[in-house]
Amino acid sequence: MLLIPCPWCGPRDETEFSCGGEGHIPRPADPAALTDPEWADYLFMRKNPKGVHTERWVHSQGCRRWFNVARHTVSHEILAVYKMGEPPPETGADSKQNRT
Amino acid sequence: MAEAYLRLSALAHLGLEARAVADPGEAGVVLSERPGRGQIDLRGEAEDAGFLGAVEQAIGLALPLEAGTTASGGAATALWLGPNEWLVVTPPDGQGAAAEALRAALKDLWAAVTDVSDSRAVIGLSGRHARDVLMKGCSLDLHPRVFGPGRSAQSAVARALVLLHQTDEAPSYDLYVHRSFAEYLWLWLEDAAAEYGLAVVSGG
Repeated sequence: MLLIPCPWCGPRDETEFSCGGEGHIPRPADPAALTDPEWADYLFMRKNPKGVHTERWVHSQGCRRWFNVARHTVSHEILAVYKMGEPPPETGADSKQNRT
Repeated sequence: MAEAYLRLSALAHLGLEARAVADPGEAGVVLSERPGRGQIDLRGEAEDAGFLGAVEQAIGLALPLEAGTTASGGAATALWLGPNEWLVVTPPDGQGAAAEALRAALKDLWAAVTDVSDSRAVIGLSGRHARDVLMKGCSLDLHPRVFGPGRSAQSAVARALVLLHQTDEAPSYDLYVHRSFAEYLWLWLEDAAAEYGLAVVSGG
């Protein structure tokens, strides 16, 4: 089980949290202007890195707040926890895997 | 808001009053229900001094701003639920006046006042083995150096969502649990406490 450090409540069991998938996917400013492939890309296409992944988590059994986690998908090591709206910190993530 | 005469404790059917003893004696664990407490969910901007001041003026309570802490003032106690959310606990049937005072004080501010008194039952757990009972079903670090009187936390006890509040060093805890889970949690606590000797007292 992961021990996830909630930015507010401190370290808690993974079972208290829910994962909201990949983070830092902004909603298109003008959805109506998107082509179907672009819309599908926004909705469905996600990174699946072997390495550092930035994810959204919510402390659903605690303070019920969303926050971001940078997690290594092989070791499950949590490299950073930061609040919503903050940019991802430098964690050595492979920039080539970032979506455009 | 339910009419006061219609409010029924979530554990009324267990007949706890009939089992209550006046003196728990040597029992290692003492359980009680604390029925009827008023509970108000309060949301607002913790960074806004105007909001904090208005709350203090309305109910005489300075809201706790640090995660997992509580504060008492006036007749109420506030438990931290999130960076912009608190549970204001009042004596039985005190929630109406408190909610009214808060609404009047906060009407021009970015805030929400919701009476949630009927959402949770409150179980009192105390005695020298109270911590041992909680440790069977809760993954929080409850050691006194981390979690002492005045601390609160939202977590799970025996997989039921519980808002835990330590009220004194006995140690005594108040467990706020959604009322549909109240019977389950009570029976679980009784089972977990059996080995330490259990007494039921009137919670009042």
